This record gives sequence, C-alpha cells and structure tokens, in this order.
Amino acid sequence: MSMEIKSIQKDSLDKLFNSLKSRGNLIYAPVKVKNEVQFDFVEKFEQITDDFIQTTQSVKNSVFPKIETLFKFVKTGKEVKMLDMDMSLIPEIVIWGIHPCDVWGFDSLRAIFTWDTHDMFFEKRMDKLTIIGMSCAKADDYCFCTSVNLGPGSTKGSDVLLTKTGNGDYIAELVSDKGKALATSMPDVFVQAVQSKKEDFLVVVEKRFDSESLIPKMQKKETFDSPFWVTNSLRCLGCGACAYVCPTCACFDIQDEGYGARNIRFRCWDSCGLKQFTIHTSGHNPREVQSQRWRQRLMHKFAYMPERNKVTGCVGCGKCSRACPVDMNIAEQLQEIDQKM
Amino acid sequence: MSSIENIYKPYLMRVEKITNEAPDVRTFRLKFANPEDAASFSFKAGQFGEYSVLGEGESTFCIASAPTRKDYIECTFRRVGKVTSALSKLEEGDTMSFRGPYGNIFPIEDWKGKNLLYIAGGIALPPMRCVIWNTVDLRQDYKDITILYGARTVADLVYKHELQEWTDRPDIKLVTTVDPGGETPDWKGEVGFVPTVLEKMAPSSENTVAIVCGPPVMIKFTLPILSKLGFKDEDIFTTLENRMKCGFGKCGRCNVGKVFVCKDGPVFTLAQLKELPQEY
Repeated sequence: MSMEIKSIQKDSLDKLFNSLKSRGNLIYAPVKVKNEVQFDFVEKFEQITDDFIQTTQSVKNSVFPKIETLFKFVKTGKEVKMLDMDMSLIPEIVIWGIHPCDVWGFDSLRAIFTWDTHDMFFEKRMDKLTIIGMSCAKADDYCFCTSVNLGPGSTKGSDVLLTKTGNGDYIAELVSDKGKALATSMPDVFVQAVQSKKEDFLVVVEKRFDSESLIPKMQKKETFDSPFWVTNSLRCLGCGACAYVCPTCACFDIQDEGYGARNIRFRCWDSCGLKQFTIHTSGHNPREVQSQRWRQRLMHKFAYMPERNKVTGCVGCGKCSRACPVDMNIAEQLQEIDQKM
Repeated sequence: MSSIENIYKPYLMRVEKITNEAPDVRTFRLKFANPEDAASFSFKAGQFGEYSVLGEGESTFCIASAPTRKDYIECTFRRVGKVTSALSKLEEGDTMSFRGPYGNIFPIEDWKGKNLLYIAGGIALPPMRCVIWNTVDLRQDYKDITILYGARTVADLVYKHELQEWTDRPDIKLVTTVDPGGETPDWKGEVGFVPTVLEKMAPSSENTVAIVCGPPVMIKFTLPILSKLGFKDEDIFTTLENRMKCGFGKCGRCNVGKVFVCKDGPVFTLAQLKELPQEY
C-alpha cells in the first residue's frame, strides 16, 4: 500500500477531534490522572495530553475487554434459554494518540483471536477501531521497540500516524485505506504536506537485542532447560501485573456468573504467570513453580508465537517492566539470552 | 468457520440417561435439545468437548461414546470440582450444555490391518472408550483387539456392563486387574498394577499399536515395558488431559512448548511427547 503524507496544522488538531466526535465516534485518548497518564474516553479535546512516555495500561481493553460477556442465559425451572449479545451495540472507537508499540499490540492479539477459529467479539471490536497513532518524541530506559522490529515512528497498524514537528504542526501519514478515507473526508484538516521527513522529530531508542537473532535462540532446547529461568525469576511474586498491562497478553479464563435471573458467561483476562492457570482439579500442576511460569511467558512470546502465529508476542513497550513490583526487566533478560545463548 | 459465529456458545443438551459407574463416577447420555444441532453434529474418536451446567462453568472431557453410535453423545466424569459437582446433581431430563468437538483424533484409518492393544487405568478408560467402541464396531478392519484395564479396587472399575460384554465376545481379549488389596472374594480378574500385568501378558509388538491412558504413575511405569516389548515410540498413542478453557488454542491454558493440547492434541504419540517439555 502506498503511503500518502499530509500535514495537520497545530491549530487544526482540535478540528480533527471534533469532526470525529460529531460523526458519532467514541474517542479513547491519553489523559492525565493524578501522576499518571491513562487512556480514557474523552469528551473534549482539551482533556487529551501528549506529554507522556508510556501509559501504565495498554489499550487492549478496547478490543479485548477485561470482561467480555459471551452470552446471557435465563433459567426457568428446568428450562434454560441462551441469549445472544447484541453486537450492533459495539461502538465505533477512535484510539487517539497511541504510540506505535501499543498499536502493533493489536497485531499480536489478532494473530491469536483469528487463529483458525475466528473470535467474533474481537473481530467486531477491531473492525470498529480507527487508530490515530502518535510517534514518540520521548522514551525511557524501559523502551525497547527497536529490538523487536518496531520503532518510535513505526506506521505498522495505524490508520493515520501523526508526528509532531518542531513548530508544533503534524506530519500525517495515511497508512490504511481507512486513514486515507478519513483524510479525504476532512480536506481542511489534512492539508498538503509541507514537511515529510519525520526522523528528525523521533526519539532515538537504543537497540538492546535483535529479535531475529533472539527467536531461534529461544527455540533451542538448551535455552528452555537453562538455569537462567530459575536465577532470573527467584524474585517473581507471580502477581500477574506484567500480563495485565501487556498489550499482547491474551490468555483468558471463561467463567459463569449469576445475578438472580441475569446470568452471564464471560471471558476475562488471565495469565500464564499465575499458579492457578494450569492447575488440575486433582492438584497436579504442569507448571508447578514460578520459574516455569516466567519461562512460559517469555517462551510464548518469543519462541511459540513466532512459530505458530507468525508474529512476535512483544512490542517492546516495556510496560511489564515498569509495572513489575520487584523490578524484573524483560529487555535486560532478553538481551542476556541473545548475548549468552 | 464463519466469523459471525459465536464460538463460545454451546449446544443445549438433554440428559437422557444417567449411569452410576463407580463411586462418584457417572456416565451421561446426552441428546441435542435442538434436532437441527443433532443433524449437523459429527465428531471422530479422540475428540473432546466442554460440558457445563450453565451458571457453574465448563469442564473438559473426551467424548466417551463412539461416532459409530449416532443420535447421542456420552461423557463419563468423576465428581471432583465445582463443575463436576454441579453435573452430579443433574437428573435425567435436565438440561446442560456442550461445546465441541475439539482437538485431533486417533488415527484409526492408519491402524487398519493392525493389532490394537488398549491399556487404561482407572478413570482413564472413558477417554479411550470412544476409540475402543469405534474400532470394535469396525471389527473386520483390525486384527487382534486386546484391552488391559486396571483400577484401584473392583468398585472403581467403570463400565462394568461393557467389561462383561467385552469378556463375552470371542473377538476381543479383555484383561482386568485391580491393585493388590482392591480385590473382592469373588474377583476373577488379575491382581496387580497395570505395568506388572502387562509385563506378564507380554503382548507382541509385531504389527501392533498400543493406546495408553491412565494416571501419570501408571503411564510412567507402563511406557518402559512397552519399549522393552519392542513397541516403537511412533506406535504408542496417548491422550493428554491438560486443563483447558476455550478448546481452540486461544486461552493459552493448555500450551505445552509450541503445542496446544486442545488444537494439536489431545492425541499424541510417544514420539511426539518426547519432543515436548514435560509440562503436561
């Protein structure tokens, strides 16, 4: 797909926001909440901030909600009736100002949710997304997007990618057909490009390792059997925070819940890092110690997904490392594997 | 599969018949509540499903009836956890749900013209019953069919009626055994652990496939004996029972190495298992 480049003047950005809003979209954008920046549904352009490196949480909630009701059911005496969810209620959402790493997280999720069998909840929600990405002008030591074939200005997965230039105007790359259509529909916002070289405005993210070289190493039996995993997970609490904030972690549980006549079966986030994830009713647990569970998390992302789902299950955002209560750093560990194995 | 289909939505099933097999072990014969579902449903030996009392969650069992027996499916389960406790409380005529079939199959086409040696322990006969009946129903396609089945005690043997039926058939060789101390005064079968009895039986590995399913300790001691008898790793089959939720390779629970037990299994050869990390 050939990419078109336009410009958006700094004063026009709110026009873009208001047009999208007036077309009935919900807008999910970064807002400042106390000392953090989080994505939330916003009503006014002024609520949005672009002054952040990473949000604590990813935006996967928009297509893979923490709790997704799969169907409802009603029990009357011995009769059971199942009721479908009304998929037409899924709203059109614009994800605004999302960084390239988070954007590419959707690709990992898609690889899982459309693998052979198609998950209609995910697909429907994904169809309703418009993604307006924002290149990164800032990074920190936790960022490692360049190690996993991404970068602070990566257009992969965005419909439109904005890069803020020195004078405050934006370079707008129209990546997808959806992005092009959006630009065509707002000719007064997307104007002729005055500037197209975004590299000068991107932060430099040091490459810690190379996923192309790391993946075959992760797939070696010696790596799986290495004492590395015990040594590097001794302090892991098994809290699951890493999976909770991860843009690509897709493991889930299926549960039933009843509120009188209102019963639902739902899917909710789960994590391979939690002890209960694999435990059998008999008490047998195939991954009985935390080092096995930590190994599973990294193996799934860097050994199994590349082979089975043809994607790397990591976008180098570093959210897991920032959220970890005992400061386990995924980039450091992957770097060590890439260097030593 | 169409993308507008809700892959999580189960079939509603009517519990047609309940058989008490052993203490806390029951077999349900299930019929589709909707005749259209019954008409479109098909499965093959080795596949599994998610069974549920709506409101109590889902539980994973192999389909225990043979695909050659139409109109119904059966499952056999032991009351252990939340879902199986809820299932245990159901009565004939009640409604429950079923999702499936999922997973791969026993390659019974490839076994044609061979001897079949089934080895099962305890509650692991149910996941094997489907393929046993399937091959017994196609009896002329196979040479000798031998079944070795062991349980802790006589009371713990499941499918007692069928064990009798297999005993009475001249074209099936059935050996039953109970653990020492588990016998009753009138017990006519063997006394001893499955691996020990297998060693004594010493079945030929010539043109034979072995299908083994049982508790980990039984598997652990049975496999070396099969190897000693000359069975190749490619000719030893088993079905894994990892914890599962979705059944189609998404929820992540049954991931072992690069394999998903629900998608790539549950049927594996010993040769395939040896390639996997021991996380099952």
